[in-house]
Amino acid sequence: MGIGIRIENLRKVYDTPPPSAARGAGFSFVAQRTAGPKEKKKKFEVVAVDGISLEIRAGEVFGLLGPNGAGKSTTIGVLTTRTRPTGGRAFIGDHDAWRDQVKAKRLIGVVPQRPNLDFALTAREILLFHGAYFGQNTRERDRRSSELLEQFHLTERADDMVRNFSGGMMQRISIARAMMHDPEVLFLDEPSAGLDPQTRLMLWEIVRGYNKLGKTIVLTTHYMDEADALCDRLAIIDHGRIISQGTPKELKASIPGGYLLRLRFDHVPEALPGELKNLPGVTEVRANGETGLDVYAGRGGPLIAPIVNAAQALAAELHDVHIAEPSLETLFLHHTGRSLRD
Amino acid sequence: MNWKTFYALLSRDGHVARRNLLPMLLQNLLQPLLLTFVFGRILTTSGMMHAEYKNMLLPGVMAISMVLSGVQAVAMPLITEFQFTREIEDRLLAPIDIHWVAMEKIAAGMVQALVAGLVVIPAAWLTMGSGVQLAFRPAEFGVICVLVAMFSAAGGLLLGCSIGQTQIGLMFSLVIAPMMMFGCAYYSWQSLAAFPVLQYAVLVNPLVYASEGLRGTLTSAPHIRIPIVVGALALINMALLVVGLRKFQQKAVS
Repeated sequence: MGIGIRIENLRKVYDTPPPSAARGAGFSFVAQRTAGPKEKKKKFEVVAVDGISLEIRAGEVFGLLGPNGAGKSTTIGVLTTRTRPTGGRAFIGDHDAWRDQVKAKRLIGVVPQRPNLDFALTAREILLFHGAYFGQNTRERDRRSSELLEQFHLTERADDMVRNFSGGMMQRISIARAMMHDPEVLFLDEPSAGLDPQTRLMLWEIVRGYNKLGKTIVLTTHYMDEADALCDRLAIIDHGRIISQGTPKELKASIPGGYLLRLRFDHVPEALPGELKNLPGVTEVRANGETGLDVYAGRGGPLIAPIVNAAQALAAELHDVHIAEPSLETLFLHHTGRSLRD
Repeated sequence: MNWKTFYALLSRDGHVARRNLLPMLLQNLLQPLLLTFVFGRILTTSGMMHAEYKNMLLPGVMAISMVLSGVQAVAMPLITEFQFTREIEDRLLAPIDIHWVAMEKIAAGMVQALVAGLVVIPAAWLTMGSGVQLAFRPAEFGVICVLVAMFSAAGGLLLGCSIGQTQIGLMFSLVIAPMMMFGCAYYSWQSLAAFPVLQYAVLVNPLVYASEGLRGTLTSAPHIRIPIVVGALALINMALLVVGLRKFQQKAVS
């Protein structure tokens, strides 16, 4: 029996700069200085999560996709009891993540954005003590830790201090630690940041395998391919709000036309967007800066020639074209006007 | 309250402490023992100090050792663990209320302070040579030891949650050093009578009660009355605990 997650109108406003924590990294520090004319003291305020409601079903792989500072890590922080919500509620199964912390903590395993390993211990000890915190007996701990070390190819280095480990190894032991007590819900915050492609694939396999056991998986990422490959459902987040959610397929189908052509001209005559909109297959034309136009269309390459002709007819010169196939990246662009990597 | 988890946290700290046993003992004991040797042996044997000074010094050195080890045992790891790497996170995610994670730190710090204190007595005795006369009152001594250990660990919690890595040096020169100098460790409180203002000013220093309490239960030297010492230490401990736990919560949860 899996465990689902429910978030109701979650808000988080930081009134002090968050600690330089692993989980805290990635805020948009657009501090809103809410100083009125009479207020002398300037108040620090960052709205990290601005009214998010979500339902994550038991046994699914759910992805939170968004650029740095979108509020993904803060949402994970609240769900993992480590961040106090300013408003709204978050439930792990039936347990309120803030009011019923201890019970919620029993159900979850957390892989942080940056490895926060206990540097005073060896790899094996990290797993053994973690198991002990969760009340596992000695035999269970020994068995499970050996299994995980084997699975994550860490057996050879099991008795070395983790402070000497490479980044990829630290990440692997972090994931092994999160799975040590066999949690019902596994949170992975940017799990593949900084991993080499091989380790990344291994990570995907592990996540899929763990999901097959009926466990719920929540991950944040700003890699499109990762969201596409792993997630059953996705929520796209920006500026602390959910922009769109659904299966990767549904989300991609929601982009008008599917293809995105990013065009750059020497200048954009007033009539040009209208002309382009009338080309066959074009569903939407949007301005992108002073000299750019984004064209959403049902086809890519074949449109170039008509676009060049239309531009020349208006005495404009096409400088640059970039064609993006239907992807979550174009979806994100469509909703926010920004690239995910901005 | 989840005792299994609490015990596991405690055994983790015990495991790490055992691994660092030798450097830890050197760090906490070398300085007090050198002090004992210079003040308790060289100065007394050469006749610059009375032999009775040894009685005055032993409890003071013990108090300093306990306080230093307790504060360091709690504050230093906390400062590191709350840094950028957030090493403490695994324990904050353990299925136990996070106040108990802090309480566990205090318990571990108390054990280390008690061990350090109990090691100092025979060690200092040997360093000073003959001439120390103990008037040992076990029950009261035990109570004082526990209160002093708790003061050191709770103080360590507060310091560890209040300062960052870059301020450790400042902590020693601004907090620890004056506390040691004005902590009635090297002289009795009574002997400050010649400096009336100072005599009452030092009463804000918790180390005064630690030194005087140990002096009163370990030797026959003059000292502040034990009930007063117990009351003062209990109050200080409560205050440090309340403020320390609140600071810990602020550090732990964003």
